[in-house]
Amino acid sequence: MSGYNFAYLDEQTKRMIRRAILKAVAIPGHQVPFGGREMPLPYGWGTGGIQVTAAILGPSDVLKVIDQGADDTTNAVSIRRFFARTAGIETTTHTADASVIQTRHRIPETPLRADQIIVYQVPLPEPLAKLEQSRAETRQMHALAEYGLMHVKLYEDIARYGHISISYDYPVMVNGRYLMSPSPIPAFDTPKMHRMAALQLFGAGREKRIYAIPPHTDVKPLDFDDHPFRLTRAPQACGLCGARDSYLDEVVMDDRGGRLFVCSDTDYCAGRQSMRQDEDAAA
Amino acid sequence: MTLDAPGFADPVMEAQSCFRAVLDAMAHPGSLPVIACVLAAPPLDQATAAVLLTLADAATPVWLAGETASAWDWLAFHSGAPRAASIGGAGFICATEMPNLDLLEAGSDAAPETAATLILQVPALEGGPPLILYGPGLEAPTRFAPQGLPEDFVKQWSANHRLFPRGIDLILCCGEQLCGLPRSLRIGAA
Repeated sequence: MSGYNFAYLDEQTKRMIRRAILKAVAIPGHQVPFGGREMPLPYGWGTGGIQVTAAILGPSDVLKVIDQGADDTTNAVSIRRFFARTAGIETTTHTADASVIQTRHRIPETPLRADQIIVYQVPLPEPLAKLEQSRAETRQMHALAEYGLMHVKLYEDIARYGHISISYDYPVMVNGRYLMSPSPIPAFDTPKMHRMAALQLFGAGREKRIYAIPPHTDVKPLDFDDHPFRLTRAPQACGLCGARDSYLDEVVMDDRGGRLFVCSDTDYCAGRQSMRQDEDAAA
Repeated sequence: MTLDAPGFADPVMEAQSCFRAVLDAMAHPGSLPVIACVLAAPPLDQATAAVLLTLADAATPVWLAGETASAWDWLAFHSGAPRAASIGGAGFICATEMPNLDLLEAGSDAAPETAATLILQVPALEGGPPLILYGPGLEAPTRFAPQGLPEDFVKQWSANHRLFPRGIDLILCCGEQLCGLPRSLRIGAA
């Protein structure tokens, strides 16, 4: 596209973001402030993720963008098209074919490899924000690794409901040092972060923070010995591909209570469906 | 060194590919990614020059120590980076002999990202005294044997690592290759 620099951002901005990314990788889980730019889409639509992606993307990259696991939703389609137009790069919907995956609120079911980078869109990077509103105060809490407040919140959940009632954006400890928001991914996805082979980068556009988890880094959900972190998943199998190991979306089918559970990861589901068809054809 | 030593032939694409090599090096310590673009800025090796041009600009005070100081005109012309007032005030330090790490800015506990990055040009990234790397980015402890590090490197590094989350990040460069040693790493003598 003429009139724009490669991948939209100017070079000075990219250098600033690149320096922030390198420091973020060196301090796993620490939120590095950066000079977030105004992007041609509103806050909340992935401006942080887009800026991180723009700073790392090169002409040989293949980009996949998902929104809640789906490749075909508005946010995913428009971000994919944004980079196809401003960087002229190849895009894909197949997890295995992508070198950079930008995601809103899911981690693909297909395990990621060491040569891939996953970029998360983050609305609220500060895991303590709901408990302590002052940024000056939470900075100090991170500096001192003083996370008692979050343990109290988990304890109060157990006292009130009998279990920890966080089903998404489950707070994690990164490399045994920093409390981190994994972005609003379902708690189901949290274990995938632990010692993931791919580099994980996080961009928060409105809050202007970048953070990272290097490959093979310990990521532990915060919990108690007698109330360990537990996965929750709808007990059904996917109505389209039959998967019992994937995260499911519940779709209302009619006004008489009919509903269908389907994989949230559309690429995973489509891959399993076509495998099934091949098997049926062979039989 | 004269001013007409070239910078990046294609500043946008080459800065991007060099950045990915640096990111790769920092995310996978001990791997030795290759800088693909050709830069001749003696006494800086291709990798050293590329890392500087990729990361330094008017917002980052730089300190060129020892013999690398002769590359000042080249760096100032191509990056616009200002000269730091002292080695402790630099965001990037470039050297061929490792300065004492405790002379460099290590950041604060609340803002550890303000710590310096040391770009150290060494004679070789193999064949030196063997080290073992542990920590984030590594699936298993990894051997690495660069030449040209000071004799008390392991001791200096463990003092640096103990400061975590404060601390210096190190990028070793040689020829067209580089190796990232982020502060999160533990390094022992093998």
